[in-house]
Amino acid sequence: MLMMRGIEERAMTLYRQGKVPGSFYDGFGQEAVSAGATWAMAAQDRLCILHRDLAAHIIRGVEPWRIFAQYMGRADGITRGRDGNVHFGDRTKGCVGMVSMLPDMMLIATGMAMAFKLRGEERCAITWFGDGSTSRGDFHEAMNWAGVQKLPVIFILENNQYAYSTPLDQQFAVNPIERAAAYGFPGVSADGNDPEAMFEVVRAARERAIAGEGPTLVEAVTMRMHGHAAHDDMKYVPTAQVEEWRAKDPIDRQVRRLEALGVDTQAVRDSVKAEIEAAVERALQSPQPDPETVLDGLFADEPALLEDGNGPWSGFRS
Amino acid sequence: MPTMTYLQAISDAMREEMRADERVFLMGEDIGTFGGAFKVTDGFIDEFGPKRVMDTPLAESAIIGCAIGSAVEGLRPIAEMQFSDFVSCGFDQLVNVAGKTYYRMGLSVNITVRLPSGGGFSGGPYHSQNPEAWFMHAPGLKIVAPSTAEDAKGLLISAVRDPNPVLFMEHKHLYRRVKGDVPTGSYETPFTARIAREGTDLTVIAYGAMVHTALEATADLDGSVEVLDLRSLVPLDEEAILKSVRKTSKVVIVDEANQMCAAGAQVAAIIAERAFEDLDGPVVRVATPDVPIPFSPTLEQSVLPQVDDVREACRELLEY
Repeated sequence: MLMMRGIEERAMTLYRQGKVPGSFYDGFGQEAVSAGATWAMAAQDRLCILHRDLAAHIIRGVEPWRIFAQYMGRADGITRGRDGNVHFGDRTKGCVGMVSMLPDMMLIATGMAMAFKLRGEERCAITWFGDGSTSRGDFHEAMNWAGVQKLPVIFILENNQYAYSTPLDQQFAVNPIERAAAYGFPGVSADGNDPEAMFEVVRAARERAIAGEGPTLVEAVTMRMHGHAAHDDMKYVPTAQVEEWRAKDPIDRQVRRLEALGVDTQAVRDSVKAEIEAAVERALQSPQPDPETVLDGLFADEPALLEDGNGPWSGFRS
Repeated sequence: MPTMTYLQAISDAMREEMRADERVFLMGEDIGTFGGAFKVTDGFIDEFGPKRVMDTPLAESAIIGCAIGSAVEGLRPIAEMQFSDFVSCGFDQLVNVAGKTYYRMGLSVNITVRLPSGGGFSGGPYHSQNPEAWFMHAPGLKIVAPSTAEDAKGLLISAVRDPNPVLFMEHKHLYRRVKGDVPTGSYETPFTARIAREGTDLTVIAYGAMVHTALEATADLDGSVEVLDLRSLVPLDEEAILKSVRKTSKVVIVDEANQMCAAGAQVAAIIAERAFEDLDGPVVRVATPDVPIPFSPTLEQSVLPQVDDVREACRELLEY
């Protein structure tokens, strides 16, 4: 969580310096949602990751310098400059990067879960999406199919109060967590600002999935503390609401918890900071992608066999 | 070599691939016990079981999205759109996910989407479309359109084995009208054009059902007419197009799809850019005007390119 916040704060300064093109999206205040959930997943599980879930990438082992290179559109970024700063997923680590049509990834995760079930594997897929995503048809199609087939998939609804500038009361009349029962599986609310609460809920959802009992919809209740992206001053959010959630900052709460256990959190902060600075330095050395390669890789040749010879999968390692 | 209908050849291709490769499975609406709206998957559930012949809810976006998810996990789904028209409901998953995933992340999306296409049987505005051009404009999708039974089988096998998303435009008006010798066993047909008939004075370029219209229209013309069957729209066999046009110097392009930005428009543009000096006359297009395909047989036949329309276009160009 500290690494996620540190990387994103540093990336924001790089953005202001003009070193990160496009806009910049962060998950300030939401770190516990992806951190807690990802720790509850096993190495062979698959993650379909959203733009405010940087902790998921970090926990999966994506090196911070490659994340900075990704933000800057460099050749060493995960997408080699092909896609924008937060749209990435390292396939070798079982991660799929988001597309901008947000609940689309719910169906990709559902399809992955379908493959696990067809092959009789003990694996699970997880995907995150925001409150705005619940209004689109793909949300329904994924929930319905996963419910009908009892697929091993976990849907994490990041209820962060705003879809861009649209508040919850203009997004839905009934909280979507209540829809889960209509699709034939449980919907569970969790404190999205508490990594341990997220871990517990997702761990239980994973157990259900692996046991063949089907999907779970988890609502992570949290707050998007920054604008939709760097260009958004979020004047549409009442100050009192921001203050209320600032008091629930997930990192402050976890730090207090760890310090009570005797952990030297300052030492952790120092080491994270040093790692981030080294990562930025290395990323800045990464070359710009070569325009000569821009047309390459539109179509795949036959997927290569993995080292373990475990069938010509697409490149994921289990 | 057994004789099969176009429809039987499609079934045969899927059966061969499913027997040979356990990664291949089917998903679609009513394809299981019912055997599919056109009975293409009749009997499949008995041989392969409901796990590999998956009846889905009525949800095209889910069919395509879940196919993509299972494909990045290494399976080889063949997804059926009951009618090609319904692919509009899954458009986003094809255009934004299937077509871009390999370019963005190096994840191969080995899916085949079968699209029963085309008109000619009073299907009306929602059961008669030829949506291939919608997808030609979206990078990362391959699109094939067989006209014969032999190609239907070979192109479908190639599509299933191709590690990319392939849209398989099977013309439903050909299902039971077209028969031919089809090799037994497994074989791949390349995504290239084929000369359906050799000629020297004029080239007619077509694909799918229009290949048969073109062959019939030009069988007894005064002049030696070459008919080029594109078979694949993405990739488009530019060299075969240019070679034929350079040989005959005159070209008629036939599309069953609505004319605006149709596949034939791209063919015409390629010829204009790369073979202008070789032409002895204007590039002529015969296509469906830009209206929905009407229900009444009288109205439908008045918009879909007919044998007489193609014959007249060829005759005029031969005399040019």
